[in-house]
Amino acid sequence: MTEQGVTSVTDQGPTIRIDEPRAGDAPSETTAVDGHVVFDVRDLSVYYGPFRAVRDANLHIRQHEITAFIGPSGCGKTTVLRCFNRMNDFIETARVEGTINYHGVDLYDPQVNSTEVRRRIGMVFQKPNPFPKSIYDNVAYGPRLAGMKKKAELDDVVEKSLRGAALWDEVKDRLKNSGLGLSGGQQQRLCIARAIAVDPEVILMDEPCSALDPIATARIEDLMQEIKSKFTIVIVTHNMQQAARVSDRTAFFTTEVNPESDRRTGVLVEYDLTKKIFSNPGDERTEQYVTGRFG
Amino acid sequence: MTAELRTVLPPQERVGEPEPRPFAGRQGRSDKVFTRVTFLSGVAVLAIMGAVGFFLTLESTDALGRVGFSFLTTSVWEPDRGEFGIKAVLTFTVLIALVAVAIAFPISMATALFIVEIAPRRVKSWLVSLVDLMAAVPSVVYGLWGAFLMQGQVIGLSRWINTWFGWIPLFSVDGADPGNPLSNATVYTASTFVAGVVVAMMVMPIQCVVMREVFSQVPPGEREGAFALGATRWGMIRVVTLPFGRGGIIGGTMLGLGRALGETIAVYMIISSRFDISFHVLESGSNSVSALIALRYAEASDFGLSALFSAGLSLFLITLVVNFTASWFVARSRSGADSEA
Ligand SMILES: Nc1ncnc2c1ncn2[C@@H]1O[C@H](COP(=O)(O)OP(=O)(O)OP(=O)(O)O)[C@@H](O)[C@H]1O
Ligand SMILES: [Mg+2]
Repeated sequence: MTEQGVTSVTDQGPTIRIDEPRAGDAPSETTAVDGHVVFDVRDLSVYYGPFRAVRDANLHIRQHEITAFIGPSGCGKTTVLRCFNRMNDFIETARVEGTINYHGVDLYDPQVNSTEVRRRIGMVFQKPNPFPKSIYDNVAYGPRLAGMKKKAELDDVVEKSLRGAALWDEVKDRLKNSGLGLSGGQQQRLCIARAIAVDPEVILMDEPCSALDPIATARIEDLMQEIKSKFTIVIVTHNMQQAARVSDRTAFFTTEVNPESDRRTGVLVEYDLTKKIFSNPGDERTEQYVTGRFG
Repeated sequence: MTAELRTVLPPQERVGEPEPRPFAGRQGRSDKVFTRVTFLSGVAVLAIMGAVGFFLTLESTDALGRVGFSFLTTSVWEPDRGEFGIKAVLTFTVLIALVAVAIAFPISMATALFIVEIAPRRVKSWLVSLVDLMAAVPSVVYGLWGAFLMQGQVIGLSRWINTWFGWIPLFSVDGADPGNPLSNATVYTASTFVAGVVVAMMVMPIQCVVMREVFSQVPPGEREGAFALGATRWGMIRVVTLPFGRGGIIGGTMLGLGRALGETIAVYMIISSRFDISFHVLESGSNSVSALIALRYAEASDFGLSALFSAGLSLFLITLVVNFTASWFVARSRSGADSEA
């Protein structure tokens, strides 16, 4: 599989391609040191109109791991992250080149239903964005979309998800109150509860703690450790300690001068075990960044 | 590296600037002028509204003093016999407006949603100007178009509705013979329905603009939140856009209603006036307060004129209430915090 598939959001691209079929979703960690590859990103470039925001990224995201994306502002962390659940479909000018295989299926294949993709690959945003609905309805929204109707089942999922997001004890007596009445940190945990309620396979988090105080941040970090046995997590963070604390692997992005325009294009500099990135990085730029000696 | 270096250096003009800078300055003066001008225009608007209301009241006292409360309960309009009231004209006015809003509401809502949520950017700006253009077409043009071009088509629709839904009192027509396809079409002409259809075309852009405005203010984060949970476009619209825009939907619809209540010339050109109240909207003949005024003021006696002023005053008050309610809804639209659980 070395040929490069070029697929844009609207093109009639290649048909579904399954690379070596893998044994379902069952974690196969027991047999391998490296977890099973969830996202296989090959030669990914993302354009906004003529501007190439990210070029030639190659990386494997592994199951039941937390992968951190770090790098200076504007290097394309969000851009890459949003390719994973096809959120970039909603940006008219955005165009994706290269392939992202998800469990061997090309995510940008025209036959792939992007709604289904987003149902299975959840996302938590930088700014908490609960719906203007009750706490209960916020969490029940996804399961309802997926067709769950029975009150008892929904109650169960809501409770489990809120417990999972370490929010249950704080809100169990006011599930009928608006989600917007919660504090920022609580809202973010509500958004996490909402994301895990649909039982996704992957959770993408874009700077989920940037609006939170250290205590709320610590709770969310603990939470990530707890839920990583069930999900695969990719987190974008500007907080180096956070990346070092929570992640198993780290991808360092930076920007470099673009020969075609005056804007800087993001590149993936280095991707390795977090331990290695922070103690013995292979690239000078990574070292400068993680030690705080960057531009 | 030069880019990074430059940001470290302080900006040129601030280097070596020892004396303290005063806070007062030109900024304050122009701001004061601006405040004053805008305040005055605000007051002027209020004064004009007040003057109109006062003038109408003054001119109506003669007629209203004569008939008193029966002004609201009389259907005929014969001021020179001392017998006149707005019961019929007002009923027809409201009927026309309701028909117009009932037709315009789904169209404007769908158009606004399409423009904001679905249309690609190029189509979007094109559609926006098209709808704005619709609002700019003079109502006399709509009147001409309605009376001479649309009427024929609408009558076909009237006949169809009457044939299939005639059992609903609202859609029954006295003297119609739905069984006979060749029956006379005149029973359907110049009706409340025809006028309502034409007024709907005028109301639609207003409603559409308000709804579009509110829908486009939906925080992008909430939109993405819904999509990220696997919502379809319609699913996202239902959970995010519509609840967010509820105030704008209600307000815009009512603004349209206010516009429909006051529409004069197009209605005047289409309807043939009648004073016996009928809720059969498809039936020939209708009326409206403003059309009545337009029709009668030229040959009215002094007293007749005062009677027409009374009719005008009542319309003024009604549209005032409708529009204020509308803007109240638009103004308190969102924040979402107040949305019910
Ligand atoms: N919707 C968009 N349209 C056009 N250009 C965009 C858009 N979104 C991002 N960009 C550009 O793409 C580049 C990468 O942006 P991106 O948001 O991915 O950076 P980031 O690494 O997430 O930065 P930050 O750390 O500040 O969040 C930037 O140059 C940005 O200006
Ligand atoms: Mg970002």
